[in-house]
Amino acid sequence: MLETLGSLANGFEIALQPQYLAYAFAGCVVGTLVGMLPGLGPLAGISLLLPGTFGLEPTAALILLAGVYYGAMYGGSTTSILMRIPGEAASVMTCIDGYAMTQKGRGGAALAIAAIGSFIAGTLSVVGLMLLAPPLAEFAIRFGPAEYTSLLLVGLIVLAYMSGSSMLKMLAMAALGLLVGMIGMDVMSGYARFTGDVIELRDGLGIVPVAVGLFGISEIILSAAKSREISVRQPPLRELVPTAAELKASVGPIGRGSVLGFMIGIIPGSAHIISSFVSYGIERRLSKTPERFGHGAVEGVAGPESANNSAASGAFVPMLALGVPSGAIPAVMLAAIMVHGVIPGPLMMTQRADIFWGFIASMYVGNLVLLLLNLPLVGLFIQVLRIPYRYLYPLILTLCVIGVYAVGQSVVDIWIMIAMGFLGYGMRKLGYEPAPLVLGMVLAPLIELSFRQALALSGGSYSIFVTRPISAALLGLALLLIVLSVRTALTQRADWRQRLGLEERA
Amino acid sequence: MEQASSGDPGPPRARGGLRDDQVTGAALAIVGALVAWQSWQYPVGSLAQPGPGYLPLALGIALAVFGALIAAGGRLSPAFGWARFGDGLKGLAILAGLAFAALALERLGYRITIGVLLLYYLGVLERRPWIVALVLSAGISLGTYYVFARLLRVPLPIGLFGF
Repeated sequence: MLETLGSLANGFEIALQPQYLAYAFAGCVVGTLVGMLPGLGPLAGISLLLPGTFGLEPTAALILLAGVYYGAMYGGSTTSILMRIPGEAASVMTCIDGYAMTQKGRGGAALAIAAIGSFIAGTLSVVGLMLLAPPLAEFAIRFGPAEYTSLLLVGLIVLAYMSGSSMLKMLAMAALGLLVGMIGMDVMSGYARFTGDVIELRDGLGIVPVAVGLFGISEIILSAAKSREISVRQPPLRELVPTAAELKASVGPIGRGSVLGFMIGIIPGSAHIISSFVSYGIERRLSKTPERFGHGAVEGVAGPESANNSAASGAFVPMLALGVPSGAIPAVMLAAIMVHGVIPGPLMMTQRADIFWGFIASMYVGNLVLLLLNLPLVGLFIQVLRIPYRYLYPLILTLCVIGVYAVGQSVVDIWIMIAMGFLGYGMRKLGYEPAPLVLGMVLAPLIELSFRQALALSGGSYSIFVTRPISAALLGLALLLIVLSVRTALTQRADWRQRLGLEERA
Repeated sequence: MEQASSGDPGPPRARGGLRDDQVTGAALAIVGALVAWQSWQYPVGSLAQPGPGYLPLALGIALAVFGALIAAGGRLSPAFGWARFGDGLKGLAILAGLAFAALALERLGYRITIGVLLLYYLGVLERRPWIVALVLSAGISLGTYYVFARLLRVPLPIGLFGF
């Protein structure tokens, strides 16, 4: 424990240096804007900033990108509460009661509760991250290829299981993603697969064009077709102060949302989105007056908003401790530090302690910056939304072209982005989720390498996956989840996922 | 790439009575089968010593099975129809602009390409007054070039005309 505090103190020494403070601040501002604008979620925002970070050192790059990530969680709540427009998917639940509060003239209080809840949850979950990641990394040093294969496989199956829509569809998307990730040169033999005659494809598809296309471009196509005029109402400052009753009602949801969000964040998937749905469901079930939900219940704002911020930190646990991204966003952030020759994995924490602890400390700082930034300046930020979307989306598309091109200096990436935008549009229309596709694509090279290494170790015997205890336990978990969801599908019974309201996503 | 793009859900035509999941499931099954067939041409190796074609083959088969199961259970999903894709035309028009950008970027250079692209979006697609579209296109294209190429040192292409 003392050791942890000492490391944290070193981290603060790094994070409080003026240039890192500036990066944290810049990240938070960009993140807030990204979270507010429909069509630009945290993933697209981070992807677009990625090429800009290549010139920075890894700590600065990580601090900047993390600021965008949790800044977007704050920003998304603002538009949800004031305008019933979820700036990004994790804020969908906030729209329900947040906007109802605005209609009752309590929008300012809702904003304040969301910001305070986000701040508490963000800070608590960084403590969790700080305490959990180092021992997990120590444990994971013992992982061999067999354990990694099972871990990655379980990750994909958990993602499919946790989703609200059909597990079959999620598994199909994960399989498709794994296949997309296998385009290019086979790492072990150098054999080129599925490349046609395009030389650029030999290196495989980049995460940035795929992510920007699937999430950003498809969202823009969907939003641009709807013409809507937004009326922006700016809450007066005095409205920002919540009443004592509102504060009291929020304590429980914020606490529960923090813990819940962190735990869901560790699990692979679109954690920040799922956690807000689960938190809303739980608060409604726990409430003595569930009928208030949907009509401006402050718990319906406090819980989900805390949960999604907490989940954002939780998602960094597997990324920092294991070097395994739990979703598309950590995957892009890993890509950002790998560019600098930092190898993610259990050893990073000891070998590059400066990055790890500087990053942790910067998250404490970032949460404070966001609280100070968001409450007084909320009026300023929402001015951006006065720009009509027909002016905004051409600008966003321009940024997409720059970001995607700059990563690899290749127009092939722009074509990939276009194809993925088309695919993503179709998927959204037809009830498929892009998240498992992106995660599968990122994990594909890792899974294939560790799978074949494990078999090489065992001399071709598949028993290595079940005789090693950690691997066997992980595979057992995967099997259990599959059996559970097959049973649910066969009996058509509502299980806990539906009861918690996850199904409402569909 | 062929695999990814042929994964687009949706067949060339919709007939009465078809359901979303039946159509998309069948499409995924076909993609899976094609991938499996293609992977079979690669060195698959053996169970004990998998080659580069081994996992793609297994995943192609898995995708085909998932797709078939989705299609089989798709009777209760929403009816498939083109009406829902009413915003698709504008979407295609937006993507066409990006395709132009991909073609022109390294030939005409960043500033000219983006200027033309924005002029197309603002002036043609959104029917803004031409003077507004012209000023905004020039401003954004030069402004982003300054920020990214000069300040952030992101290398952006310069084309034939030196722009």
